[in-house]
Amino acid sequence: MKSSISSKVSKGRLAMAIAAIALCSVAILLPQCHNANAEEEPAFAGGQKAVPEEVDFNFHVKPILSDRCFKCHGPDNRTREGGLRFDTRDGAFAALGEAGGRHAIIPDDPDNSTLIQRIYSDDPNFMMPPPESNLALEDYEKAILKKWIEQGATWKEHWSFLPPKKPALPKVSNESWVHNEIDRFVLARLEQQGMTPNGPAPREQLIRRLTFDLTGLPPTLEEIDAYLSDQSPDAYEKVIDRLLASDAYAEHMAAKWMDVARYADTHGYQDDLERVMWPWRDWVIHAFRQDMPFDEFIRWQLAGDLLPNPSREQLIATAFNRNHKITQEGGVIPEEYRVEYVADRTQTFSTAFLGLTMECARCHDHKYDPIKQEEYYQLFSFFNNVPENGLIEPYGAIPEPYIKLSRKEISQVLTFINNADTLDDIPLMVMQEMKTPRQAYILKRGQYDHPDKPVSPGTPKSLGALPAKLPPNRLGLAEWLLNPEHPLMARVTVNRFWQQLFGTGIVATPYDFGNQGALPSHPKLLDWLAVKLEEDGWDVKAMLKYIALSATYQQSCELRPGMMERDPENRLLSRAPRLRFTAEMIRDHALAISGLLNREVGGPSVKPYQPQGLWEETTGGGGGSTSTYVMDEGDKLYRRSMYTFWKRTVPPPSMMAFDAPTRDFCTVKRQETSTPLQALVLLNDPQIVEACRVLAYRAVEKGGANARERIAFMFRLATSRQPQESEIKALAGYFDDELARFKAEPEAASRFLSVGQYPQKELLPAPEMAAYAVLANTIFNLDEAITKG
Amino acid sequence: MSDPINERSHLMNRRAFMSRASIGVGTAALASLLGCNLFRTNENGLITAAGEGSGGVLGLTHFAPKAKRVIYLFQSGGPSQLELFDHKPLLNQLRGQELPESVRMGQRLTGMTSGQSSFPLAGSFYKFNQHGQSGAWLSELLPYTSKVVDDICIVKSMYTEAINHDPAITFFQTGSQQPGRPSIGSWLSYGLGSTNENLPTFCVMLSRGTGRPNGQPLYSRLWGNGFLHSLHQGVQFRSGKDPVLYLQDPDGMSRQSRREMLDRIAALNQQQLDQFGDPEISSRIAQYEMAYRMQTSVPEVMDISDEPEYIYRMYGPDAMTPGTFAANCLLARRLAERNVRFIQLYHMGWDQHDNLPSAVARQAKDVDQASAALILDLKQRGMLDDTLVIWGGEFGRTNYSQGILTDTNYGRDHHPRCFSIWMAGGGIKPGIVYGETDDFGYNITENPVHVHDFQATLLHLLGIDHERLTYKYQGRRFRLTDVEGKLVKDLLA
Repeated sequence: MKSSISSKVSKGRLAMAIAAIALCSVAILLPQCHNANAEEEPAFAGGQKAVPEEVDFNFHVKPILSDRCFKCHGPDNRTREGGLRFDTRDGAFAALGEAGGRHAIIPDDPDNSTLIQRIYSDDPNFMMPPPESNLALEDYEKAILKKWIEQGATWKEHWSFLPPKKPALPKVSNESWVHNEIDRFVLARLEQQGMTPNGPAPREQLIRRLTFDLTGLPPTLEEIDAYLSDQSPDAYEKVIDRLLASDAYAEHMAAKWMDVARYADTHGYQDDLERVMWPWRDWVIHAFRQDMPFDEFIRWQLAGDLLPNPSREQLIATAFNRNHKITQEGGVIPEEYRVEYVADRTQTFSTAFLGLTMECARCHDHKYDPIKQEEYYQLFSFFNNVPENGLIEPYGAIPEPYIKLSRKEISQVLTFINNADTLDDIPLMVMQEMKTPRQAYILKRGQYDHPDKPVSPGTPKSLGALPAKLPPNRLGLAEWLLNPEHPLMARVTVNRFWQQLFGTGIVATPYDFGNQGALPSHPKLLDWLAVKLEEDGWDVKAMLKYIALSATYQQSCELRPGMMERDPENRLLSRAPRLRFTAEMIRDHALAISGLLNREVGGPSVKPYQPQGLWEETTGGGGGSTSTYVMDEGDKLYRRSMYTFWKRTVPPPSMMAFDAPTRDFCTVKRQETSTPLQALVLLNDPQIVEACRVLAYRAVEKGGANARERIAFMFRLATSRQPQESEIKALAGYFDDELARFKAEPEAASRFLSVGQYPQKELLPAPEMAAYAVLANTIFNLDEAITKG
Repeated sequence: MSDPINERSHLMNRRAFMSRASIGVGTAALASLLGCNLFRTNENGLITAAGEGSGGVLGLTHFAPKAKRVIYLFQSGGPSQLELFDHKPLLNQLRGQELPESVRMGQRLTGMTSGQSSFPLAGSFYKFNQHGQSGAWLSELLPYTSKVVDDICIVKSMYTEAINHDPAITFFQTGSQQPGRPSIGSWLSYGLGSTNENLPTFCVMLSRGTGRPNGQPLYSRLWGNGFLHSLHQGVQFRSGKDPVLYLQDPDGMSRQSRREMLDRIAALNQQQLDQFGDPEISSRIAQYEMAYRMQTSVPEVMDISDEPEYIYRMYGPDAMTPGTFAANCLLARRLAERNVRFIQLYHMGWDQHDNLPSAVARQAKDVDQASAALILDLKQRGMLDDTLVIWGGEFGRTNYSQGILTDTNYGRDHHPRCFSIWMAGGGIKPGIVYGETDDFGYNITENPVHVHDFQATLLHLLGIDHERLTYKYQGRRFRLTDVEGKLVKDLLA
């Protein structure tokens, strides 16, 4: 047996190599089972389609096998061809044919391996993948498979199905760059590639980055100035602590969680009736504010109702599993939809906590990952025991089961709920377990009316069976999930935190840690963080602080010559990423810098500006409160965007333009796109135009005595930095042009100043005021204004 | 790398668009976002240099396309085939008699009639006559369509899996009953890219029928991009002062101001680009230019005042009223003339559970003249050959009455097992009636066409093999037709 460890000695890693050789001699005596995270990290191809010197099974070979071969030679035994499978070691090396004389893979002997013969063949009856599959291998991919066999065809288990182990810290040359352990992993990888990281970002860029990343809001000028003038060694750390202690932090974290939890204010199908789930959202804010340990946060949401003598708070948490869509369409078959709701909970569980595409196993065994259809329905059966109806009836009823939150208990106990409208008996859908669990079945082709074999609750074998000591219900499932030996939960969680700060996770596909998912850019770092998260008691604030304190996070985003060629996607983190803000951050930014932002926390969702008629032109006449959009007034127009009423079938268009998900299902990564519709929102949405007008008032009142100073003031609010002379000059020139135009047409100036409900202030003559407002809008439309550097 | 255009293209290539490609968003996105014409792709899907055409992800289509664009007149709610296209005199003969179980064969019913104790057969209140060379039977409710019957292909043997509106419409438009997949127009935008640098590739217009104004809702996800890049989403065109959301400049801002503002923004963004080299910045600069062009091109296409009188006469009096189906048909032609790839209309109100005779007549009157006019208008401009026009809803209606059957009144419930649509132009064989149903109008007896078959055929007409236009998302290659669908060759000209 060969190990890829021994042949991988590289400069500066002698000590590890010696250790590895020592390990190797042990390994020879053991069954072949490698753990990717115990390995040297494989060579980085820098996005190139090149054949690496050392071919690594997990990083180079299996992605090809999975993507092009597993469909017919993978886990699903019903579609397996020729009895050959590449998803298990035994299968890949098995003897083939009746005589057993052939092998797909013969280590060290590519010429006699039928895999190689077939992928290099151009005979349509012999070649693989076959032409009708519409799949093909590129030349470099064929070369990788060949080289892997030449090098001994070392097999490894899938990295993410083995529990994370705390890795040894790598040695680095440039010790002085290192702030904490994160930097060792990052720097070792860069040095291995002969690359260097960036130095620290300028302070004003850093506080902007940190404030947006942790709170979703911009730093105030006072906060920037305080940080710039704070010469104490822990100045940066103090900023982190201040931000983590703020309500805005808790709100920002909750906003992220609302995507995962597919939160909405309507039921989502057909007439799309209103629902009341915001008390759960208020609880999420509360939990992040209190820095509730993340395992507890999840345990309550999954199984709060099954805890001994559950508190009201624990019951409220379980609303997580009732955020799925529910239909009221007359005439549907309730059981068909009830099955959909259970499937939705199952999918949410696997996407959010396992980082696996379990839903692929709803109709057949998973094509790529070791998940049988039966295992899907075993997981499904945990969520199958809610005493619920698939159809809302009578029309407009609150779907069972639910609890009523009284005004009294809110004011006395559940004080984190913002019952602004002093409602009595707020109904909230929650989870409840039937006394006798509903029998679950494998459903043929996933169809509700095609039950096959009965199944009982259970977890996928490849991830570890549910221990017998745990109850076979959601509470047992939660305990299984939150066990430190669980291979996925901590990795998936910490990867999402990393994604929040770096834009891309260590695993770039946070929804898929399986065979078709991206491989971790820094497997050891991911494991380090996963183990640390558990060791530190799942402390979210501590983890975010730890990441923010790293030199890796604090790098500048400067693009030095050659960096784009070496690492176009910045997977090795030799620089900080430049990222566009999310939909919520963009709108909140405009409101914050204008001073309009209403900092009230929680409460019923609000209806800010929205183009007229959008709800009206799509309604079928039903829907009650969701058939007509009744815009709010006053302060409610300026709440943080996470409080905007979410009608699933017609979501807020300005948010959708900036890649907010529809909330139809669990989403752990948003798209990051650039479109003309985004430009139109920032140029013309009354919400933005009004905020820019009010920003202009602010500039006139507090930003200085002349146009240059006021423009610089607005520029700094929008970008957190002082404008350069060339920028000021360009903007001041534009101001003069606009002023001249508005002076020639004062009527137009008055009209421009009348956009939005906010009362007009007559600080200056209308033409001048309008020119400032246009300037504010210009500045807010700069790429930099909606970007984190 | 001294040539700045090459350099920028290289930068884009290397980072933004390769990294986007890694999450699956390819060059179609680029082409579309840049309003095309700036870049094209090489055989590896990488952006190379300036060139013509927008290039979708496919680059070259799989076959020579017959249609360059699609106008889809979606009739939302489930139009009754029995009052429009599927002539069943037996139902009039057996009027009031029970639907035989031998015909029903255990077909699932909706919850709205499953409790009904009686299923009395109901013949059409309206007469049918044969028309055109093909001799196709059409209802007297469709006098204008009857005149173009030799230009269209009526498919009487459509069937679907869904029996309720939300899943059935979602299935038709996205290939899946559950929300989340891209709609047809988004797939085409992704696959084929744009052919107009001033307008969105996928335009959507809504209208409300007079048959049942308060009936079934629509959902913006029907024209959503699902997991595709949001550049592929359908853009709703609306009547009124803001034909595309946020299109209009704020009150008091002149075009001159806007132009200078955008120039200043571009110049300052360019400074940032020079400093940081982030290709996202150049993409943003291009987006603002596209937005500006849309501000001119959209109102221009929406302004129908330059249409001659005879055109209004063709489309009918409703065409003068913005927001009606007729007005939208006229706009559809204008968009088609500007080479918009996919033009999707939705006309609501076809859900006649009760009072069917009067309501379906009003619905038919809403759409008959303008639908036929669109065919004639495209034809006289030589555009019907490469424009595929589709007319139809999400399912059909039952042959028995929902509720009480009287001499003048009845209703019909949803029926997924057979229904009719028509298609025209764009490589469709004209003047034929395809498929047949039994004498009860309940089951298909000949040439069934599943929704996925319809979708596969639509893609084929645009030069696409439906099995090969895929998008890898969350580890799986998705396609419009999911895992099924077969080309209906008999429909091809």
